[in-house]
Amino acid sequence: MEIGMTHYLALSAFMFTTGVIGVLTRRNAIVIFMSIELMLNAVNLSLVTFSHYLNDVQGQMLVFFVMTVAAAEAAVGLAIVISMFRNKQTINIDEINILKY
Amino acid sequence: MLNDLLLTLPITIATVWVLVLILCEAFVHNANLTRWLTAIGFAGIIASIFLIPSPEGYAYGTMLRTGTFTNFSNFIFAVSGLLVVSISDKYLEEEEINFGEYYIILFISTIGMMLMGSAANLSVIFIGLETMSVALYTLAGMLRKDVRSNEAAMKYFLLGSFATGFFLYGIALIYGATGELALPRIAASLQTNGVSTLFWIGLSLLMIGFLFKVSAVPFHQWTPDVYEGSPTTAAAFMSTGSKAAAFSSLIIVLSNISIALPNNAVLQTAFAYIAVATMAVGNITALTQDNLKRMLAYSSIAHAGYMLVGIAAGSNEGYSGVLYYALIYTLMNVGAFGVIAVLERHRTLTNASDYAGLFKQHPLLAGLMAVFMFSLAGLPPFGGFVGKYKVFAAAVEADLTWLAIVGVLASVVSVYYYLRVVIFMFMRDPEPAPQANANATGSFALVAIAVIVFLMGIFPTEVLKLADNAMKVALK
Amino acid sequence: MPEINLSTAFFIGLGSLTIVASLGTILSRSPVTSALFLVLNFFALGGIYLLLEAQFIAVVQVIVYAGAIMVLFLFVIMLLNLEDEQRLTERYDVKKGFAILFAGLLLVEVLYVVGLKTPAIAPRLGTVAAEIGTAKYIGQQLLTEFLFPFEIISVLLLGAIVGAVVLAKKNFGPERATAKTTL
Repeated sequence: MEIGMTHYLALSAFMFTTGVIGVLTRRNAIVIFMSIELMLNAVNLSLVTFSHYLNDVQGQMLVFFVMTVAAAEAAVGLAIVISMFRNKQTINIDEINILKY
Repeated sequence: MLNDLLLTLPITIATVWVLVLILCEAFVHNANLTRWLTAIGFAGIIASIFLIPSPEGYAYGTMLRTGTFTNFSNFIFAVSGLLVVSISDKYLEEEEINFGEYYIILFISTIGMMLMGSAANLSVIFIGLETMSVALYTLAGMLRKDVRSNEAAMKYFLLGSFATGFFLYGIALIYGATGELALPRIAASLQTNGVSTLFWIGLSLLMIGFLFKVSAVPFHQWTPDVYEGSPTTAAAFMSTGSKAAAFSSLIIVLSNISIALPNNAVLQTAFAYIAVATMAVGNITALTQDNLKRMLAYSSIAHAGYMLVGIAAGSNEGYSGVLYYALIYTLMNVGAFGVIAVLERHRTLTNASDYAGLFKQHPLLAGLMAVFMFSLAGLPPFGGFVGKYKVFAAAVEADLTWLAIVGVLASVVSVYYYLRVVIFMFMRDPEPAPQANANATGSFALVAIAVIVFLMGIFPTEVLKLADNAMKVALK
Repeated sequence: MPEINLSTAFFIGLGSLTIVASLGTILSRSPVTSALFLVLNFFALGGIYLLLEAQFIAVVQVIVYAGAIMVLFLFVIMLLNLEDEQRLTERYDVKKGFAILFAGLLLVEVLYVVGLKTPAIAPRLGTVAAEIGTAKYIGQQLLTEFLFPFEIISVLLLGAIVGAVVLAKKNFGPERATAKTTL
């Protein structure tokens, strides 16, 4: 059985969907952010797959930049979580809904 | 390589200057000094746009574009930053967050916007988008002790990163479908290999990311909460600069792709429907808002809808209309938020009813606010009218007359909630007076903005010609 | 029994590990367990990148993602001493159903397109996949073709550093917060 591009892309699509479901259903802000990281990794897998099967380096270069961006976002995101926790002692997004319609 | 540095001089200057700013703030903890240096930095960017001739072409391989379109976009971002800096100082002092870091982050966000506006490669658009967004998440959460600001930052961050995930997956699929990341080469690949379904799905995911950033329906839910919770001057910057940056890169992507798909009906109809929904939701919900910041947030959704009409038109006239609209919208929206920031007191006195009788206590501020409200409503002879006219005219020329009619109707609806503020200011009796909080630079900036808005309404031709020129040569 | 060579076996093993770890991340009650499942996920992905002959990216994945970002996550989770998410499996309300439905539709659509309609773009000639994954080649590209994004992304990192400090630092000192504007 030959593993082709389709298998890798299917795995990536599954990971991406799992991440989307995680963002939409979980209530804890840090777990939501972890699901977003799952989505970004799924995209990385797609990019590396395309790079391999197209013999092109640009995919891997973009993966490099995505990793950098993910690190920067993690720093700022976790700082926001800490800042919120200092004020309200919770990061459950159900409970932080003061700005109503 | 030196040539490339000179061709993209605004970005080069900005990058060097941000290092100066950070060093200055780190060694001399003086927020005033940082503020003046930031203003000088923005002025330097604007000067470099005008003084350095840049031919149409590419820089750094196919990473960045140079030319009139880039200059126009960079001008919008730098003006937005400079104006926000000038209205920020008293507001920050009042809210006790007078940090130099605020100005540094504002400057870094502008660098991100400039990357988005001058990109010719999907990876540069992505890096610019993220630089701008990460800085804006920080700005939204700047009022660290206020739980509403924390909530705004968290909402903006989670939803923004979620949209970035879709955006990135779109880039990956487009890369898989065409084998290229540089936009001109993507267009060439589409012409030789045809347009595949994988490309369409990638493009749709990419558009989801863009539509989130411009707060179009159905991805607009974050806007009112984030604008209301953030510091007012940060909301001014978010609503103008980031919207202009997202529209700039959207125009870049669409104009490159439309080389391979000329006059595509699917894209046009999709954008047309989204524009209608956005205008409807924005205007109708704004009717019910009393809080001015929330009202301006829904109004910014509506204005994104008007600009989407220009995008739906899909022609050079449409895109140049969007550019002009972005410029005039930046001016008038920063002005409106600026007046709110001057009168605000620790989150009170931000309702329209609080502005009753403002004309009697602070006639200048009331007059300025009236100018901005009239311009936002699209009434002549102010600049907002010219912007709407250009965008709707482009839609009519592109056989989307029904869309233009919907747009005009939406504008008529919007007159009600803008004029309501003016009526409160001029024709009601004053409550106990709000104390105005402006100093020299702030008021001067607001007066200057009002004058420019007025002038752009009467003499728009020069700027319109620039915008048209930007689009004519934007592709090759 | 179909032919299974070594790389196929590796893919099946690492792929199942990835799937299990992803599901574990979103379905765990405790945030710590979610984080640990995510670390496992990243390691499995590193292995898959090696299968795809992207050596540099595989190593950077383990070092940066599993080694730095997840450590940061775990620090924050431990620091904030979070409780387990209550009522995780009890709320099967409409919103959750819609979310799963939407995500499921997205998955089916992408799989369909990817499975049946992946376009045959000719692979680039002149390079070999194993060669473009090496650190040497990527390093060369970073300093020639991709020089500009490589340099400009440092501005993003600066922004993240300044932002993180501004948001998370406990005290700025009384004289800084209430500084008056004099000019």
